[in-house]
Amino acid sequence: MKGRDLLDLADLGADELETVLEAAASMEDVLARRIKKVPTLRGRSLVTLFFEPSTRTRISFELAGKYLSADVVGVNAAAASVQKGESLEDTARTLEAMGVDAVVLRHRAAGAAELLARCLEVPVINAGDGMHAHPTQGLLDLYTVRRRKGELRGLKVAIIGDLEHSRVARSDLIGLTRLGAQVWVAGPATLLPPGLEGLGARVAATVEEALREADVVMALRLQRERQQQGLIPGGEEYARCFGLNRQRLALAKPDALFLHPMPLNRGVEVTSEVADGAQAVLFDQVRAGVAVRMAVLYLLLGGGN
Amino acid sequence: MAEFLWIRGGRIIDPSRGADETADLVIRDGRLTAEAPPTGCPVLDARGLWVLPGLIDLHCHLRDPGQEWKEDIASGTRAAARGGYTAVATMPNTEPAVDTPALVEYQLARAAAVGGSRVLSVGAITVGRQGRELAPMGQLRAAGAVAVSDDGAGVEQAVVMWRALRYAASFGLPVLEHCEDRSLSRGGAMHRGAVSTRLGLPGIPAEAEEVAVARDLVLAEATGAHLHVAHVSTARAVELIRRAKARGVRVTCEVTPHHLTLTDEAVARSRYDPDTKVNPPLRTEEDVAALRAALADGTIDAVATDHAPHGPEEKRCEYEAAAFGISGLETALGVLLTTLVQPGLLAPAALVERLTCGPARVLGHPGGTLAAGAAADVVLVDPRASWRVEPEAFASRGRNTPFKGWNLTGRVVATLVAGKAVWQLG
Ligand SMILES: [Zn+2]
Ligand SMILES: [Zn+2]
Repeated sequence: MKGRDLLDLADLGADELETVLEAAASMEDVLARRIKKVPTLRGRSLVTLFFEPSTRTRISFELAGKYLSADVVGVNAAAASVQKGESLEDTARTLEAMGVDAVVLRHRAAGAAELLARCLEVPVINAGDGMHAHPTQGLLDLYTVRRRKGELRGLKVAIIGDLEHSRVARSDLIGLTRLGAQVWVAGPATLLPPGLEGLGARVAATVEEALREADVVMALRLQRERQQQGLIPGGEEYARCFGLNRQRLALAKPDALFLHPMPLNRGVEVTSEVADGAQAVLFDQVRAGVAVRMAVLYLLLGGGN
Repeated sequence: MAEFLWIRGGRIIDPSRGADETADLVIRDGRLTAEAPPTGCPVLDARGLWVLPGLIDLHCHLRDPGQEWKEDIASGTRAAARGGYTAVATMPNTEPAVDTPALVEYQLARAAAVGGSRVLSVGAITVGRQGRELAPMGQLRAAGAVAVSDDGAGVEQAVVMWRALRYAASFGLPVLEHCEDRSLSRGGAMHRGAVSTRLGLPGIPAEAEEVAVARDLVLAEATGAHLHVAHVSTARAVELIRRAKARGVRVTCEVTPHHLTLTDEAVARSRYDPDTKVNPPLRTEEDVAALRAALADGTIDAVATDHAPHGPEEKRCEYEAAAFGISGLETALGVLLTTLVQPGLLAPAALVERLTCGPARVLGHPGGTLAAGAAADVVLVDPRASWRVEPEAFASRGRNTPFKGWNLTGRVVATLVAGKAVWQLG
């Protein structure tokens, strides 16, 4: 995978996904050490370019780079709205001229990572582009589930919520189905985009149908603006009809895992009881995020040579 | 001394007279004539070529006045001539909008000064295309406007459309309506469907067009006015129009070459290339099939380019931020011949009809025919010539085309306006 971009999990075959997950397992060993530093990427530089604020993902990438001894520079380019791309192209050229070895991009426009990758020779890692993809989030979810469940093949995964606006859901769907899981989705009809079957999903008629006998349950974050946009009646209605509470989670298998991409809207898409409960693996996900990103940097930057 | 030109031995396809035959065409002083050519008359050898009435585009954007970096009347009419168009109707979404007789006169005077393809001016439906007060259609028509449109956007309020149809009809002006319900399309960047879901791009549902078409058909039926639906793009919209026509509603419609040939998969295949971004958006396989069927059965009256040139800065950016539009004048005929006529999906005469007398009928324009006495607006086409679409070589300032790099078969060899060559393949 050396020298390649990571733009969308759809670009990776099952064997490549496995390669990343295996590399992530070794990286998790590094994370378990007291001195979390290996010289793998010494002398290589990494820029994180965030046109949309996301402290969590950015810190995760920056720590991943630092643990591998790369020089990491963070650029907070948070823009209020989608801006004309000349700036993105110019930024790319500037970074290239400065000799960076890889760029991590978060942008609110779908396809922005693709656009940047076209202008840059060095690898581009998509840290979220609009509603399109968030491949490292997908990978960390795969990693988290696989670590707990051993194998993804044959698992029933339920993804509940705002599928329409979720890049996390798209990347999870692609990755999970590629590795053999069966993914059911459910949510308010106004937040289910057309053609989810094309991404490998089975669309359930009700939340309950999706949850029944599930091995893994994921609730998606509900942005408050969906109510202002008139897409749903409101938070309370959402919590009652689609939120993950103890009773709903009980429809899944007793040992089902509960995942959430964070940050949480407690009392909306999930109750505190579930989010803080024994089945929740939210901090596994966070930890896996660093390991997976270390693995991606290692593989794309060819630290192995 | 009369000036003659003798176009010899071509295949004349002139659907206005039901003609499809190998024959000669004689031009005298800029008009077609039944006379025999005099001895010593200059000859244009058309053996192996198709000789067609000059193509008429009833929907393009020449961007003049106000957005000359995208196009102006000189570059736009040059592009038209290269594409085989002898007349193009330019939409009024300029800056300012063409909502006064002075602006119509400006466009026509500018076109006359440039001396290329003919320009037909379309006036605005409402003042400033704001969708509120009616534009002075009587005066626009007196200045030479052939139709009215607020293209670029639809007329949002039903009451305004209702009045516009009645008022325009009283001056014999067709209303060219861009059918789009903004409450359904706002924020969208491509067709809403499986592909927009996969790409994570905000979608424009087919319903945005269909709801507007349905409303306007009701108003056209009730008022008896001539409604022309611009760039129809969905199967349901075309079916609504087919049924309305069967009931006798005075409705006509057009389709673009891109909606006849490309689907939303082009956005994915090109990996978010903004040159595939157009409004209405590229739709699905089923829509393309329905449009092709409707073009063949005559439900669709005309193919129009919706030529919408943009500068590079408006397209070299994120998909969502990019402008809508495709530069289409120079590729239309080649694309249609290659994708519809060569594979036998559409008869040559049917295509020529939709490019010549079809649009002429919509606009009440006298062109689109090779009948004796008509202006000698003629295009010569080599149906076997292959060429590659190279936007850098366009006469248009807009290089924004999803057909870039395509190999097309069928090329314009010469375009004559009133008997004079405005374009000749070098
Ligand atoms: Zn339009
Ligand atoms: Zn238009």
